Amino acid sequence: MENIDLNLVNWSRAQFALTAMYHWLFVPLTLGLSFIIAMMETIYVKTGKEEWKRMTRFWMKLFGINFAIGVATGIILEFEFGTNWSAYSWFVGDIFGAPLAIEGILAFFLESTFVAVMFFGWDKVGKKFHLTSTWLVAVGANLSALWILVANAWMQNPAGMTFNPETARNEMENFWEVLFNPVAAEKFLHTISSGFVLASMFVAGISSWFLLKKREEFLAKRSILLAGIFGFLSSVLLALTGDMSARSVAKYQPVKFASFEALYQGKTRAPLIAAGVLKKGKETIGNRNMPDFVFTIEIPDLLSLMTERKKEAFVSGIYDHIKGNVQKGILSFEEKKQRGEIARQALLGYKKAKEEGDAQSSAEIARKFNSREFRDNYFRYFGYAYINNPEDTIPDIRVSFYTFHLMVMLGFLFILLFALSIWFLFRDKLDNNRWFLWIMVFSIPLPYLAGELGWVLSEMGRQPWIIQDLMPVSVGVTELKTTYVQTTFWLFALLFTALLIAEVSIMIKQIKIGAENKKP
Amino acid sequence: MISHAFLQGYWWTIISLLAGLLVFLMFVQGGQSFIFSLPSNDTQRKLIVNTLGRKWEFTFTTLVTFGGVFFASFPLFYATSFGGAYLLWMTILFSFIIQAVAYEYRSKPANIYGSRTYDIFLFLNGSLGPFLIGIAVATFFTGSEFSLDPMKRVQWHSPWHGLESLADIRNLAAGFTILFLARVNGLLFIIGTVGDDDINLKARKRVIMNSLFFLVFFLYFTFSMLTMKGYAVNPADSTITLVNYKYLYNFFRMPLILCFFVCGVAGVIFGIYITLFRNSNRGIWFSGSGTVLVFFTMLLTAGFNNTSFYPSSYDIKSSLTVYNASSSQFTLKTMMYVSFIIPFVIAYIWYAWKSITDRKITAGEMEKGEHTY
Repeated sequence: MENIDLNLVNWSRAQFALTAMYHWLFVPLTLGLSFIIAMMETIYVKTGKEEWKRMTRFWMKLFGINFAIGVATGIILEFEFGTNWSAYSWFVGDIFGAPLAIEGILAFFLESTFVAVMFFGWDKVGKKFHLTSTWLVAVGANLSALWILVANAWMQNPAGMTFNPETARNEMENFWEVLFNPVAAEKFLHTISSGFVLASMFVAGISSWFLLKKREEFLAKRSILLAGIFGFLSSVLLALTGDMSARSVAKYQPVKFASFEALYQGKTRAPLIAAGVLKKGKETIGNRNMPDFVFTIEIPDLLSLMTERKKEAFVSGIYDHIKGNVQKGILSFEEKKQRGEIARQALLGYKKAKEEGDAQSSAEIARKFNSREFRDNYFRYFGYAYINNPEDTIPDIRVSFYTFHLMVMLGFLFILLFALSIWFLFRDKLDNNRWFLWIMVFSIPLPYLAGELGWVLSEMGRQPWIIQDLMPVSVGVTELKTTYVQTTFWLFALLFTALLIAEVSIMIKQIKIGAENKKP
Repeated sequence: MISHAFLQGYWWTIISLLAGLLVFLMFVQGGQSFIFSLPSNDTQRKLIVNTLGRKWEFTFTTLVTFGGVFFASFPLFYATSFGGAYLLWMTILFSFIIQAVAYEYRSKPANIYGSRTYDIFLFLNGSLGPFLIGIAVATFFTGSEFSLDPMKRVQWHSPWHGLESLADIRNLAAGFTILFLARVNGLLFIIGTVGDDDINLKARKRVIMNSLFFLVFFLYFTFSMLTMKGYAVNPADSTITLVNYKYLYNFFRMPLILCFFVCGVAGVIFGIYITLFRNSNRGIWFSGSGTVLVFFTMLLTAGFNNTSFYPSSYDIKSSLTVYNASSSQFTLKTMMYVSFIIPFVIAYIWYAWKSITDRKITAGEMEKGEHTY
């Protein structure tokens, strides 16, 4: 294990990142647009106006183009847990596999069955059945997001399991703790609301383009109205759930949280750094330089307020978790490593006792792994046994800091843009303010950027862990020749890029064609 | 209290059923493999693509669910096979990624690479997909070269990481069996759903040769499976030994499974028979259910009666069985409750599909401006 090629780990991570990031280019639009379409169709069914049907079908066409490529990129991710992270797959498959299976049984079939009715059933089923199908597509898509995020949340905050030394893996003990993991709830809400925002911006931006071209006025204005309101509400929800998320990161992944703000020394009344620029710092831990600020814009006390809702709250810094902070009861890296090592030795002892047929010792060790005390004080640091240097437990500060701040700024910008679009629409001033319409058009890529930044932050921010504190990425990886992973990486990169180019080209063409040629 | 062994059996049954369904649903791929040879013009091609295209998501979703369910119920297989036979599974994945977009983009303007490229994608997915999945399924019987360390980490002992299974003639026979069966089912499906006499006539002609190829490969694989040595596990002490005629013995020990297997084979042959000799359009119903039964029972014999379902030809004691590769009792039980929803899922799929496919697909519908591929 110690001689795992770091190059292999990095390429395996790169491949997972590549496929996940490509997948995330398409999924959020599916999550949000499905609801927008369902709302439009509801209005059509309620009012009977053909214009609304035309509108529904236009957006549905764009939905279909995006949906196909989302599906294609999604299958890779599921199988990559096995192909590239096989040690991980065994270590936690007992828990992690269940949400993926439920996702298939509960969500994917719902989505794929009713997406067919949605596309092919217009003239074949009744209006109400069709409308129900459209809503079920939206529900199915968002349900599948729920299950994969439950799985992801478990990696960020493992819960509801116990370690079985006999099988050398974690086993599920409480399904509800896995499902109602607090990190899962926040992650789910934050992620789907980001999808709603993205889809709203997509609809509002394209509609703005129609207005600029003086085409499809009815469709464009109604779409902006719907997307504006939906987008505004979702972006407020996005900010609120972002705040909730930050609080749970502070609680369950404090090093990751400290890296968001490049906070080294913990403090009470900690300010929030609203903006800042980093440079090479004076201090190093091992061979890692800890970047310093060139300048910052700070909001006093806000970080403390964010984490515990009170000014006096102590926010721990990175050094607290490396060097330890006795006063605050935070263990140092060395202490955590020692405890992890004790857990690892216990496991090795178990294996040895088993080999030697020493039933008494093996039963004793098995009991130990089952005790709450051993779990909470030793096994929970199991992963530290595999890490040699304290600096290896610190994520890349620059990546965390910049992705976090840019993402948050974009989030606030979305609230403003949706609020303005509703304001202009209600005062009937959209057509006169062409500058604003252009801003909306050019804002289409921004939620995509924010979403990708969010995932980079979430996943790079928790390095080196594939499962927080239990397993580092270097231990979870499949032992393969690096060249194989490099080969598949480049093949994926090439294929996905080629498909993305085609997707964008087809999408633009369909937007230019507009809803006109569709027979009602 | 439901025993762990019962749950392991329950989940192996579900896995086997999903595998049977997946092989049947690959009629979509089988049909795609005719994209260049069956239609004589673009309208015919469009008809064929569209009749298959309305079903691709089922095959795809079943494949994804199959993966998820395997992960949840037998994670050691997931880790060992996917991580070890890396290159084989990656090739399978590549052959599936290109499918969804090919349907959606082939007839859209500004699709950059032209419809022919997307049709080639459909052809590749249609031929490679079933063939390679057949190869992977065959390794459930023929074994692979891997070992597991005490932490259950996989070591693959062939530098080809799964592609070496292409060098075993029995695996190749299984690959071609599934490919030709998918092609036959694809033709029968087209005959049953496309309202175009010319396509129908040509499809019927092609059923003959493809059925013959299927039968030859199928008989060869079945014969070698029934006569090969199998990996038997002793549940008392978990030791694994090689046993002559293990799968033949399994069939005799489990006569109900043998009976279903024979019914499955009969179903496939009957489906082909009524298509060829009675000019029936309903062959797919029989060959389809037959396919499900054949592969359902085949997988059951691979894992039941104390047999290793993923044998290691390198290190016999590393072989995977339903006992040593499964999830914990708690997880399997929890998942069993979830699985009770499956009949409901099948019911709504059935209802939804019935309501939109009440008549044959025709060229007229393609021109009406519906959502077409």
